Amino acid sequence: MQGRERSVLVSAVSLVLMLSLAVVPLPRMIAPFRPDWVAVVLLYWSLMAPRRFSLLTAFWMGVALDTLTGSLLGQHALALLVIVYVAERFHLRLRVFPVSQLALTVLILLGLYEFILFWVDGVAGRTVPLIERWAPPLTGTLAWLVLLALLDSRRGEARARL
Amino acid sequence: MSAPGRTTSGPGRGGVSAGVRFLLLSVFCLALMVLDQRDQHLSRVRGALNLVVYPVRVVVDFPFSAWSSLRTTFAARGSLIAENEQLKRERLNSEFRLQRLAALEMENARLRELLDSTARVGSRALIAEILSVDLDPYRQRFNLNRGVVDGVYVGQAVLDAHGVVGQVVSVGPLTSEAVLVTDVDAGMPVRVNRNGLRTIALGMGGSGRLRLPYLTNNADVEVGDLLVSSGLGGVFPADYPVGRVTDVRRRPDQQFADVVAEPASALDRDREVLLVWNAADEVPRASEAANLADPH
Repeated sequence: MQGRERSVLVSAVSLVLMLSLAVVPLPRMIAPFRPDWVAVVLLYWSLMAPRRFSLLTAFWMGVALDTLTGSLLGQHALALLVIVYVAERFHLRLRVFPVSQLALTVLILLGLYEFILFWVDGVAGRTVPLIERWAPPLTGTLAWLVLLALLDSRRGEARARL
Repeated sequence: MSAPGRTTSGPGRGGVSAGVRFLLLSVFCLALMVLDQRDQHLSRVRGALNLVVYPVRVVVDFPFSAWSSLRTTFAARGSLIAENEQLKRERLNSEFRLQRLAALEMENARLRELLDSTARVGSRALIAEILSVDLDPYRQRFNLNRGVVDGVYVGQAVLDAHGVVGQVVSVGPLTSEAVLVTDVDAGMPVRVNRNGLRTIALGMGGSGRLRLPYLTNNADVEVGDLLVSSGLGGVFPADYPVGRVTDVRRRPDQQFADVVAEPASALDRDREVLLVWNAADEVPRASEAANLADPH
């Protein structure tokens, strides 16, 4: 039970950290390349350890993100829900992919995430440029690969110790 | 039904399949968005949520505010003295101008009474600090460390020492969100100071400039003209500088001129701004203003 509580605590802290990273000020040059941290981390967990975070977590993270960034309430929540659902639904099939194809899948999912955000903005009549939106999915995929390398090696070590 | 409690639940617990939950939550999201888009149905919910994420904002802002306070603490004595000197000089200067202004204000109140029009009064202002938090990268918005508790309201004007900065768009209990005048969705009524020509300035987004699309080709506007807020619309107080015209392009085949202006306020460099109360119902009559200024 204690181990479980600890893992819950670790998850909560990592999620809050992701929220902070999503709004930490960056220099204007780099800001457009900021990965969608919350989406990246949720994607990682839903592909590698599904059911660690439920759809409900994705929803609340999205709502928190909406509140933080002042976007339409439910916008990020919907986008996160969709990609997390797709990733969890197909995680067994996706997990046997080699890393390159897995990265491609993540890129597509992050692109979908970005597209939903863009689409909702459009429907709501908020003017947003489309052209500047190509960067976050790419940097997000890179961040996802880094996360994979870091966490998978850690998990391998933990397994070896057991 | 806390989120972390769910994380360790096994497959199939609760009896509802993931697909159904996904569908329900998505529909809920859509409903939220519709409600949020229409008027201010969710302003209370938003306020509560703002309170929940307040710690994140504070944590993110902390290193930046700590750095600036550290810099003041450890600033060299010499530079402090120099800054003090400069501030004193500036204060003398502005006091000298204020003295003249007091006389002018009185004269203005008297003339307005003659014309039987309502008086302008100095509005209340509150200093707010900008939180170092990046919001949506495609929109020019920022967080302020004042909220409902301080009496901030939606639509309130935000100024700085140089001119108009923007407008409050949503208020939480402890923080509020404002949009810059240069945001793509922002617009404000302005007046060309030189000749009183009225028009509307719209934001241009990323470039941090303003455009004035509703001036006809033969409108009397020149590079270097100062734009001030016209006070029409009742949001922004009148006569504060908004920007300076930097580019006027008249094309014979088009009905309207391309006019671009540079904002007057230091939008990128500010850390402190002023929230201004511009309550129209608080405006006293000219006679009262005159009485205040001139007791006999």
